Amino acid sequence: MSQQHVPAWIHVIVIPLANILLASFAAGLVFLYLDINPLDAVSTMAYGAFGDSYGWGYTLYYTTSFIFTGLAVAVAFHCGLFNIGGEGQAYIGALGVGLVCLGLGGHVPFIILLPISIIAAGVFGAAWALIPAWLQAYRGSHIVITTIMFNFIASALMGYLLVEVLKPVGTMSVESAVFDQASWIPKMWEVLGFFGIDLQKSPLNLSIVWAILCAAGVYYFIWQTRWGYEIRSTGQNSSAAEYAGINLGKTVVLAMLVSGMLAGFFALNVVQGEAHQIKLSLVNGMGFTGIAVALMGRNHPLGIVIASLLFGFLYQGGGELQFEYGVDPRIIVVLQGLVILFSGALEKMMKHPIEKLYLKLASGSKKSAAAEA
Amino acid sequence: MTAQTDVAAQMAIELRGIDKRFGAVHANKHIDLQVEKGTIHGIVGENGAGKSTLMSIIYGFYEADEGDILIDGKVTRITDSKIAIASGIGMVHQHFMLIQNMTALENVVLGAERGFLINESMDHARAELVRLAKEYGLDVPLDVPVERLSVGLQQRIEILKALYRGARILILDEPTGVLTPQETEHLFKVLDSLKEQGTTVMLITHKLQEIMAATDNVSVMRRGEMVAHVKTRETSREQLAELMVGRKVLLRVEKGEPNPAEKLLEVEGLTWTASDGVVKLDNVNLNVRAGEIVGIAGVSGNGQSELLDVLSGIKNVQSGTIRLNGHEINQGHQLNPSQVRDIKVGHIPEDRHKMGLINSFNADEAFILGFHRKPEYNGKIFTKRQAINRDCAEKMDKWDVRPQDPNLKTANFSGGNQQKLVIAREMEQDPDVLLVGQPTRGVDIGAIEAIHNRIIQMRDKGKAVLLVSVELEEIMSLADRILVMFDGKIVGEVPASKANEQILGLMMANIVPDEVKALQQEASA
Repeated sequence: MSQQHVPAWIHVIVIPLANILLASFAAGLVFLYLDINPLDAVSTMAYGAFGDSYGWGYTLYYTTSFIFTGLAVAVAFHCGLFNIGGEGQAYIGALGVGLVCLGLGGHVPFIILLPISIIAAGVFGAAWALIPAWLQAYRGSHIVITTIMFNFIASALMGYLLVEVLKPVGTMSVESAVFDQASWIPKMWEVLGFFGIDLQKSPLNLSIVWAILCAAGVYYFIWQTRWGYEIRSTGQNSSAAEYAGINLGKTVVLAMLVSGMLAGFFALNVVQGEAHQIKLSLVNGMGFTGIAVALMGRNHPLGIVIASLLFGFLYQGGGELQFEYGVDPRIIVVLQGLVILFSGALEKMMKHPIEKLYLKLASGSKKSAAAEA
Repeated sequence: MTAQTDVAAQMAIELRGIDKRFGAVHANKHIDLQVEKGTIHGIVGENGAGKSTLMSIIYGFYEADEGDILIDGKVTRITDSKIAIASGIGMVHQHFMLIQNMTALENVVLGAERGFLINESMDHARAELVRLAKEYGLDVPLDVPVERLSVGLQQRIEILKALYRGARILILDEPTGVLTPQETEHLFKVLDSLKEQGTTVMLITHKLQEIMAATDNVSVMRRGEMVAHVKTRETSREQLAELMVGRKVLLRVEKGEPNPAEKLLEVEGLTWTASDGVVKLDNVNLNVRAGEIVGIAGVSGNGQSELLDVLSGIKNVQSGTIRLNGHEINQGHQLNPSQVRDIKVGHIPEDRHKMGLINSFNADEAFILGFHRKPEYNGKIFTKRQAINRDCAEKMDKWDVRPQDPNLKTANFSGGNQQKLVIAREMEQDPDVLLVGQPTRGVDIGAIEAIHNRIIQMRDKGKAVLLVSVELEEIMSLADRILVMFDGKIVGEVPASKANEQILGLMMANIVPDEVKALQQEASA
């Protein structure tokens, strides 16, 4: 049997690009319907997201959040687990960060506080993933059901804590006290300003460095360690993993702990880096967006960083549209939905035509090469 | 037999230049085939030769890219299986398409109901089935749920289904894989009487002795091409094997006398019950000595898989004792699969796709499955990717795994090479006890030869080998002693020198022939 292979770059680059083009085309139709010239809309979005340091500061700020939640989904996915509890794990991670900053902020130097808050974010997020993980591993409760229920529990728990415990006496809004300034993660414009590079103020902070480090760490963990090997074996073929003597329960728990930890890191960016206080529903759907990010990024850290950038662009650029044209802010959701629809749900739609086209072109060029020879 | 006058006008099916590609895979290359009316026509070929694709084209699951199908001399476009059925083609799939909790009658009627009221259809079907049963020897209890019937009877229902729908051309895809030899014999009798009534039968199989026993004509496929059409009585198994593989093949395994030494594996009173309460292993006793191969024969699903799973630590011991290479395993003292590996027990699992390999992994990663925690593959934190890669390349060379590329995805190797990879992985650890399940399932003939020789080499090096296989021929040619399993029990033991298909076949159906009883009494006396 003759077997020709479609090279990886077709799957990794060409097909995702084709999907995004289709999504853009569909978005163009939506804009036409709204009486907006699609080309104008694109340039507005592009300018809003990348036109100045204010714009791309915001874009990268969102990107940072998506990297964390996207990585969280990806690590669990490699173990065959669909962790849709990133929302709750990030929220509880915020509690960890908040407690450290409220308790230690101003009392210890930032350089000591930061590692503690990083650990707290990870531990709290992981702890929130532990119970669903344990239930999946040893009691067979489905992780999708338990993690989504834990999102609601997290939301209720945080609501209670904010109202009854964390809210300073005498204030009306449901949020914790503002952290001591000494515990804030420095903003990028401050850091780069120190080196003489002038930026406009934006929420982009040093968490992005940690996000990139985490992406690299996830790559090494998944593909270059025996634990990653066991996670992938379990995810790809659990009976083969069992045959190999891999403890499935432990592996599931490990993958979920790492996943929850990464989701918890989300709070470093949003809470310690920007809001400087714990607010109600601060995750705001970004945990769920992480699913789309991981899907688009094919559960590979590099893909996730790129997909995060795309979603950051949609977030920031879509916000700009709202200012410029006064369209409903939910246009962001529509745009995201289209990207998810085409690159997630309809992913296979473009796969076969493009593969066929490639093979046709490849065999055509081979034939002509043979004819010349 | 009907007289075969004027051959050209007598074709039930004719294929002209059938060509089919699946994306990059060229599954059928310009296939020509003529099947005479009222004959049994065998199609042989190795796995992946394109037999199933071709049959799926005839039955309308796929449409050919090019070429024509002629039925009774007329060009027919078969775009789905409804048209195939209307044209008189019936198919019995390898995996039965029966609804388990329905009766035989209901299964036959399903999809071929007439009118609004089901009773009318049922009455009609019952009368018709009684007639068919009488005519062809296809007796089946009509009012018992299918799940309570044996595999052989279920297959008869499949045949009845096709005949009830008016099939004049019956295609059987690997029909004997799950049958005992006696059931197979009965099937062939049925096929013969079908033939006498003018039905055309196409028999797809990879078992050459069945082709020789049952067919009139044979067509041989290799790598998507039809390489030969021959009359069965003018050919031989050796010639067919050569045509299938493309080179000379040794069908008999050559091996010397065994030198059994101390018992390395002893099983006493092993019973294992599945979570649904079905007793899968029922008081199993057996032992395997160093330097011998003990074969376990039986129709698949009679507890062989569970036996391997319990012995290799995948399933826990529930009651009974296992003494494995000097270690006792019982209910209170279990070993998990990696501990079993640590006491030098190798396990080649029955199903390499389900257990032995991870298809999405590269060959080198699949090669360390089960041994991935070994110090030579690991640093403190990171795995030694280069060491693993080098080791795999080395072993691929030694075991002749092709293509010799450790970075190729496991799924892209042929079945034989995947199996060689598994066997290399397990045998390279130099185990004292080797558990082997279906070592040549889905493996091409050329690789079978090599695998059989490796297993015998292990025996001659003084290893204890337990071999589970549903291929009687394989068991008889490799094993020194043969145990037969039925319904979770060991029915009996036969020395390989005394075994033949007749005896083993009876034992596989839980009947112990007198000569075996005599042998057993002799042994115990």
